Amino acid sequence: MAYSDKVIDHYSNPRNVGTLDKSKKTVGTGLVGAPECGDVMRLQIEVDEATNTITDAKFKTFGCGSAIASSSLATEWLKGKTVDEALAIDNMEIVEELALPPVKIHCSVLAEDAIKMAINDYRVKNGLPALELEKSHH
Amino acid sequence: MLKLPIYLDNNATTPLDPRVLEAMMPYLTDVFGNAASRNHPFGWAAEEGVDYARTQISQLINCDPKEIIFTSGATEGDNLGIKGVFEMYSQRGNHIITATTEHKAVLDTCKHIEKLGGKVTYLPVDDQGLISLAELEAAMTPQTILVTIMYGNNETGTIQPIREIAAIAHKHGALFMTDGTQAAGKIPVDVQADGIDLMAFTAHKMYGPKGVGALYVRRKNPRVKVTAQMDGGGHERGMRSGTLNVPGIVGFGKACELARLEMAADTERLSKLRDHLETELLTLEESYVNGSRAHRLPHVTNISFKYVEGEGLMMGVKDLAVSSGSACTSASLEPSYVLKALGLSDDLAHSSLRFGLSRFTTDEQIEYAIGHVKEAVTKLREMSPLWEMHKEGVDLSTIEWAEH
Repeated sequence: MAYSDKVIDHYSNPRNVGTLDKSKKTVGTGLVGAPECGDVMRLQIEVDEATNTITDAKFKTFGCGSAIASSSLATEWLKGKTVDEALAIDNMEIVEELALPPVKIHCSVLAEDAIKMAINDYRVKNGLPALELEKSHH
Repeated sequence: MLKLPIYLDNNATTPLDPRVLEAMMPYLTDVFGNAASRNHPFGWAAEEGVDYARTQISQLINCDPKEIIFTSGATEGDNLGIKGVFEMYSQRGNHIITATTEHKAVLDTCKHIEKLGGKVTYLPVDDQGLISLAELEAAMTPQTILVTIMYGNNETGTIQPIREIAAIAHKHGALFMTDGTQAAGKIPVDVQADGIDLMAFTAHKMYGPKGVGALYVRRKNPRVKVTAQMDGGGHERGMRSGTLNVPGIVGFGKACELARLEMAADTERLSKLRDHLETELLTLEESYVNGSRAHRLPHVTNISFKYVEGEGLMMGVKDLAVSSGSACTSASLEPSYVLKALGLSDDLAHSSLRFGLSRFTTDEQIEYAIGHVKEAVTKLREMSPLWEMHKEGVDLSTIEWAEH
């Protein structure tokens, strides 16, 4: 299967690979997927409480090139966004940006799920109720 | 200068040996006759080419030339052998025994047989990929007409105990068939000594052309017959109609001759090269060979690199043409059923790469492959949350995964 240039770029030069200190109150962590499915994505955000803005985002992904690219792209998009803006990221935007074929749409879904899970983790840590997230698309 | 990418997917197909092409060329040009045309020299010349090839092929597997039935490839051979025996011996019984690690050409044909009312036993394999002879023996019934077990596995290279399997089949009055696609031309296959009654094999796995293969069908002790699955002009002793692919057959013959003459030298060189590749790659932590190392085709190794996903890894080793047990591209997302049959967990099956070497693989190519794979695995592990957890001592089996 041929990958798009953008997928190849993110795969070859992944942005924001790494780990944030998950014990920090300002850090939210989302871990989605399962090893037996061939995809595990961990996405982390660091939030500036005063402005409710995401100041840093990191990822680590076990998966195919599209999964790695989806999470790498997500971290790029997250930085500088407010938490509310981040919540609005839709997986189809990732599909379009990376030109993912239909069999790889689940990679973008995982990235969206990881973003929402990270935000909820941050909310819960800070005494806010977890948001009701619409059921996974899959 | 090393040419990239490097082809190491020789279980999928092999390049055509230039000597095979040379043998084929006249039959693609001047000698274009139909081998079934008995009344003019064009037909005779074509028939002569086919006859010669039939002899070359029979010498590779130690059979009579008349026992070779030409097909379009091993898939057709598997279909013809299994369906043909099922139809021909329906008076005797309706039970077939095979194994879970067979190629789809066998498994899906067996499923078709089940739809037709036949009974099929799918034997499991152990962690080495080998079937249990005791389980085979226990599965035999008076209705068993055929045992079909592959010679060497396409994904792992594991070689089954063919002689012992054949003996058990025969003891119970059943025929023994083998899918010899990966083994023929690579290791000594002797249908007499091995007790094989039917064997499907193909040219393009042994440096011959695509689109031509054969089904060996024993003519003596016992005389085996299969019901034709392709009706028509009655070619190939009535078992497979259709104008013979003369250039393909001539190439297949030449490929078999070269395999017979060069097998010992190829095996010695390739097994050393394969072992070197394997030993080097196993220096990476948490990497494991899949399938038996003791009973294995000389040119294959299948290795799982834990905590790295196979398809991502294939993208990382873009300078190599290899294949993976990960099926991330398929709609089912199911990893290799062969590796799972060996007892591998899904994540290890997803993390596998298969390397298949060929007569044309060089030392330089393998050296490059070693460095390239090591680099990619290391890079992807740095990016893998599972590797990080493993390094932190987290037991991944205790994590509640948000499965999708």
